[in-house]
Amino acid sequence: MGSVARVSGPVVIAEGLAEAKMYDVVRVGALGLVGEIIRLVGDTATVQVYEDTTGVRPGDPVENTGQALSVELGPGLLTSIYDGVQRPLDVLKQNLGDFITRGFVAPPLNETKRWAFTATASVPSEVEPGTILGTVQETPLILHKILVPPGVAGTLESLQSGTYTIREPIGSVRTGGESRPLYLAHRWVVRVPRPVREKLAPGIPLVTGQRVIDTFFPVAKGGAACIPGPFGSGKTVTQQQLAKWADSDVVVYVGCGERGNEMTEVLATFPNLPDPKSGRPLMERTILIANTSNMPVAAREASVYTGITIAEYYRDMGYNVALMADSTSRWAEAMREISGRLEEMPGEEGYPAYLGRRVAEFYERAGRVITLSPEGRPGSVTVVGAVSPPGGDFSEPVSQNTLRVTRVFWALDAALASRRHFPSINWLQSYSLYVGDLEPWYRAELANDFVTLRQKALETLQKEAELQEIVQLVGVDALPEREKAVLDVARMLREDYLQQSAYDDVDTYTSIQKQYRMLRTILAFGERELEAIGRGATVAEVQKLPVRQRLARMKWIPEAELGPQFDALEAEMTQSLAALSGGA
Amino acid sequence: MAVKGETPGPAAPAVPVDYRTIDRVTGPLLFVRDVANAAYGEIVEIRLPNGERRQGQVLDSRKGLAIVQVFGPTMGMNLERTSVKFLGEVAQLAVSDAMLGRVFNGLGEPRDGGPRIVSETRLEIVGNAMNPYSREEPSEFIQTGISTIDVNNTLVRGQKLPIFSGAGLPHNQIAAQLVRQAKLRDSSEGFAVVFAAMGITSEEANYFLKEFESTGALERAVVFLNLSSDPSMERVVTPRMALTAAEFLAYERDMHILVVLTDMTNYCEALREVASAREEVPGRRGYPGYLYTDLATIYERAGKIHGRKGSITQLPILTMPADDVTHPIPDLTGYITEGQIYVSRELQRRGVYPPIDVLPSLSRLMNQGIGPKRTREDHRGVADQLFAAYATGKDQRALSAIVGEEALSAVDRIYLKVADRFETEFVNQRPDEDRTIDQSLDLGWSILSELPETELKRIKPEFIAKYRRPSAPS
Repeated sequence: MGSVARVSGPVVIAEGLAEAKMYDVVRVGALGLVGEIIRLVGDTATVQVYEDTTGVRPGDPVENTGQALSVELGPGLLTSIYDGVQRPLDVLKQNLGDFITRGFVAPPLNETKRWAFTATASVPSEVEPGTILGTVQETPLILHKILVPPGVAGTLESLQSGTYTIREPIGSVRTGGESRPLYLAHRWVVRVPRPVREKLAPGIPLVTGQRVIDTFFPVAKGGAACIPGPFGSGKTVTQQQLAKWADSDVVVYVGCGERGNEMTEVLATFPNLPDPKSGRPLMERTILIANTSNMPVAAREASVYTGITIAEYYRDMGYNVALMADSTSRWAEAMREISGRLEEMPGEEGYPAYLGRRVAEFYERAGRVITLSPEGRPGSVTVVGAVSPPGGDFSEPVSQNTLRVTRVFWALDAALASRRHFPSINWLQSYSLYVGDLEPWYRAELANDFVTLRQKALETLQKEAELQEIVQLVGVDALPEREKAVLDVARMLREDYLQQSAYDDVDTYTSIQKQYRMLRTILAFGERELEAIGRGATVAEVQKLPVRQRLARMKWIPEAELGPQFDALEAEMTQSLAALSGGA
Repeated sequence: MAVKGETPGPAAPAVPVDYRTIDRVTGPLLFVRDVANAAYGEIVEIRLPNGERRQGQVLDSRKGLAIVQVFGPTMGMNLERTSVKFLGEVAQLAVSDAMLGRVFNGLGEPRDGGPRIVSETRLEIVGNAMNPYSREEPSEFIQTGISTIDVNNTLVRGQKLPIFSGAGLPHNQIAAQLVRQAKLRDSSEGFAVVFAAMGITSEEANYFLKEFESTGALERAVVFLNLSSDPSMERVVTPRMALTAAEFLAYERDMHILVVLTDMTNYCEALREVASAREEVPGRRGYPGYLYTDLATIYERAGKIHGRKGSITQLPILTMPADDVTHPIPDLTGYITEGQIYVSRELQRRGVYPPIDVLPSLSRLMNQGIGPKRTREDHRGVADQLFAAYATGKDQRALSAIVGEEALSAVDRIYLKVADRFETEFVNQRPDEDRTIDQSLDLGWSILSELPETELKRIKPEFIAKYRRPSAPS
């Protein structure tokens, strides 16, 4: 048992801790505040405390648990809402009321709930880490596979189907001469990635139903994407749209140092939103981690690790998991705050010198992998990290360090946001390096010409930007009709394709098939328009065609009627543009 | 696993000892030696040689040394004959219904000559974080009577919506108008006001007090005043005093509270003063690295709680140094609050009141508060279309300055007109003009009806059919 020697904000220096190890979890003071050792000098240990330290005084006891910060993984994670160190917020509310007081420890998973476990492994058999022992129907949407934990191998001695709590053994494994019980849940240290057998190259897109993302800047399953943007540019809405619509099996949403009301919104809407595939509530495949901005800063630092460890756990079962971290800047700021209290020599803008390493380590935990398993089960974790650059300046350290390790960049643009062009992803600045990897998938699953159409659309938008500069000088009327037509098509792309309302029942999600038909229709319109102009028609005439209105409304074509409706639209479009011959 | 609850506050030592061991005084900080075990955040009483008493708070405590931040000037303190008493408790505020109608200083002491608040309920001013699970999603529309807020940046109960302003702009008038007019639709139920002034001038303070008095709002207001002539260190606790009072009234007394905090820029500067006296590693522009966290512990105290009637709506005001929205104070504020109301110098120069620029303004909770039953079914579409039309119109205005209005297409010229009408008819209103949401939306339609129907892409066709009025030939 040690004692407090100094306290300053979330940093406590303790002395007399025998055999303390780096990152051991300690309990500080009479309240038993949870903290973690982050520096050792002689027998004094520096501790970052996950709770408010007001009232802690020198001489207060400090107890070392000898364990590193870990999360408990097992059935019951889904539908939960946790703080940054996996304390369930609903249990905190039951016990503490509406405000979170300190020193309260709650088990992360319900210890009394009984789960129906169906054993699938045969007894006796040789098992290794990742062998599926059996299953628990955790929610109607997700079948929870109970795995042999990493580091455990041997002969399965016993295993029984039945109903168990997470504290009751479901069987045992004989390893190295001793018998070891198996449970539905196990613990894993958050700062250590869960092991995998092999990392795979990306090749399947994460379909999000957001046109600007899926068509122009796609992220692969197992990829890492970064959304930097100034405040009010729609980071959170974009993240929430991904959480709602992306075709991942499980979603982990980390609200890291963000607004309390935003987490409330997720909590209020997700249970009522149907999963696009099954119609079940989205919450049944979602885990929320909410460490809002006013909650302790050290727990904020831990929250992203808690989130990604849970994501890796579901990946190990063979699921495609998407993790949204909103916002990684707050996580970096938590590091900066702790670093400042430690009086470390600062790097850029006061951030610690190890910022880049920590950011890289975090994103490296994304990936499509072959999990540890006898049958070589694939799974993936896709990470989408929001970045909140001060003043919207992307040259700051967090943005730059993130861009170095992510291959998708969705640049949010305040100018677009202020004219309510949403999602305000700037099409000229953003990029995705996955397009090449995904091309075979598009050819096989969608259409041969999808990548060509995408390229053509991007070129049109680029051309528009160049023409706009000329228009700024001479006015639009000075342009030849052919170039006016380019502006016309680009405008259709921007207004009828890139803009997508998250709040409209139909427009909020567009299947990739519909995206393809919409894009093809707009670009075909552009070609026919040019032909008509070749015959002497003017852009003004084209703009007056009634079919233009129908094009603007194609986002509201129901998914069920894609084929016939788009065929009809394309036919009408070809006809009415063909009828426009010069002077006619 | 063991379950342990909190017993609030540090255990007080049996008899508070007077320490006469001040080692160093720098800026607002005292370094007190030979202190056995001061608690982090503990309140201290400092007695000066002339008998005067001041308050302070422990910022850093180690064996044999406590660093104390003094709320007030350190003038007159010396090392030999100044004593420090550790009170064994953290900062608290006595709260009761008698606070309504009273004026306090930044530390919660009476400033109006009235008696001290005596109450058995004393609340710690550093509130615990509200459990996100307990929060109720704010969704009740507050009608402010100001079109640009009601239609374009709707305020809802439990929201924190700051006013981003600059020196010389009428943010105080706007705040006063908001306090006067804010109410729920179809209800005369108003708000009780908690007003916290940090480092504002006595003229500004008098303006607000007079406003409150003349509208009768003062009876339902609790005022905390720290003027620019008052000690800057008090400012660090003033907003927390105010919010503690607000939480008491909202959650214990079921009242709906509008908290006006002005000026947050002065608060942040006081915080920077403390940080630099402690020789902390500075973040951007010398502000401490924890400015975001610190501001969050203030702003996040807005909200609503499931199962409780009251609510706290925050209206912080900050003046952006040199109108620079990327300055750390507005920047970090914008990342925490649920939107912002942006006061524009350009509109002010054009003689528009209130000069609220809707384009950079935002209300993040707007969607929850609008639509059928709350405001009107066409609200979202009208708001989006007005934003888009005004943005296009402003672009055309910039363009026509270069190429001349004649070079614009016919449609673009309409947009130009829409932008002008939007500023002079929609944004512009009298300081005492209280428009209902229907009036504001109808005004929006009258402007949008200038545009041909094909341009109204943001509004659902059925609403266009229902609300669009064919434009009168002009």
